[in-house]
Amino acid sequence: MTDDFKFSNNDEDIEVILFLEAIKLKYGYNFGDYSRAHIKRRIKNRLVKTDCKNILELAHKAITDEAFFANILLDFSINVTEMFRDPDFFKHLRNEIIPILETYPQIKIWHAGCSSGEEVYSLAIILKESGLYDRCKIYATDFNATIIDVAKDGIYNLESIKEYTKNYNLSGGKQSFSDYYTVKYDHAILDSSLKKNIIFAEHNLVTDGSFGEFNLIICRNVLIYFNRNLQNKVNNLFLDSLAKGGYLCLGSKETIDYSEVKKQYDTFSSEHKIYRKNRKV
Amino acid sequence: MKYDVVVIGTSAGGLDALRKILTTFKHFDDIALIIIQHRNPISNNYLSNILSDMTGRITLEIEDKTLLKKGVVYVVPPNYHALIEKNGLFTLDTSEKVCYARPSIDVTFKSFADAFGVSVIGIILTGANNDGGQGLYEIKLVHGYTIVQNPTTAEAPVMPNYAIKCTNPDEILELDDIGARLNELIRKNGEK
Repeated sequence: MTDDFKFSNNDEDIEVILFLEAIKLKYGYNFGDYSRAHIKRRIKNRLVKTDCKNILELAHKAITDEAFFANILLDFSINVTEMFRDPDFFKHLRNEIIPILETYPQIKIWHAGCSSGEEVYSLAIILKESGLYDRCKIYATDFNATIIDVAKDGIYNLESIKEYTKNYNLSGGKQSFSDYYTVKYDHAILDSSLKKNIIFAEHNLVTDGSFGEFNLIICRNVLIYFNRNLQNKVNNLFLDSLAKGGYLCLGSKETIDYSEVKKQYDTFSSEHKIYRKNRKV
Repeated sequence: MKYDVVVIGTSAGGLDALRKILTTFKHFDDIALIIIQHRNPISNNYLSNILSDMTGRITLEIEDKTLLKKGVVYVVPPNYHALIEKNGLFTLDTSEKVCYARPSIDVTFKSFADAFGVSVIGIILTGANNDGGQGLYEIKLVHGYTIVQNPTTAEAPVMPNYAIKCTNPDEILELDDIGARLNELIRKNGEK
């Protein structure tokens, strides 16, 4: 892609390819179009925690030990997230997008790659405070069933709540953040009324297709783990899943500039990476 | 040896240290320069603006799948790790902090060691934690060139001390000499 540099492929890269092929054949998961640098880093981090001598041994362990493979799956799907991560984005959502959604009788939202649910509950809080929640149906999806169960519970470590409270206030929160959870031992249990209109479901962006027409799709810091090829494919999926005039929100360091769908969108906020599907398409 | 890439990692006191190096360094067009500076997770593009003023070069805060080019200065954004793919595209990553840091110097250094091997120069400057040492070690392991700022005169000695302990670097230099040394190393590019 760039002639400026000479990159060195090494034996480990070959082992990574064989590793990915092995788990595809065994379990059907295809990580071939994930970011190779990311996948290799996660594999090597896992390798040093085992007694395997190299990546090929790790591949053997992954295909013969299903419980071990479950760890690999969690390694590949990054589940580090926060409530109101990037408060400025959520402020923008609250102040600029919500007033437009408010004019619709019903609002369908897809939160793709919801991980353990922190961001989808953040969205639910904003919708509640704007008086829109009861008109919304939110589909929160992830490819990893284990992590969806965590999201469904909506129970988070109490240690994180201090940071979430700070984020909530920075994002323009209108109440006291403590209104939204109860404390039990060292955990914060989110108010179950936030869950009422959220449907948690398994959906794999790599293999599964569109399942509805949405007014808003939020998929932040998920596509970064894919290569450009797969990013392009998923961007087409989002385009097909948005109503005319619907909004796509990506992470603040992601862009659709490299994707063929770019022409089908207007940039709504270049700073927050919010795009609006053309109404004419 | 021909060097294509310079990666610099720093933490506390980093901005002044970077200024000393970048105002002496001349051969921006011959390399890509990547800077990992620890900072607040919610911060604006202040750092890239300052670096742009210091270097007079295009300075980009890395976005996902940004293409690496010579003559450009890249800054890793706050709250992300940055990896480099073997087709020259950056991948950003929001995974766990490493050494309490995101961005982590170790993560980016290891990735560049893997992708570029011998053609990378890694530099650790002033800083108050242990990030960077493991990454610098991997650059050394693939026979890249490794430089650490002299900890006894660094604003914060912990990071350079740890990097020296991990790596046994090619050179330990006074801050004032690093820019000139880079000019020598990179001017020799292409000579046998």
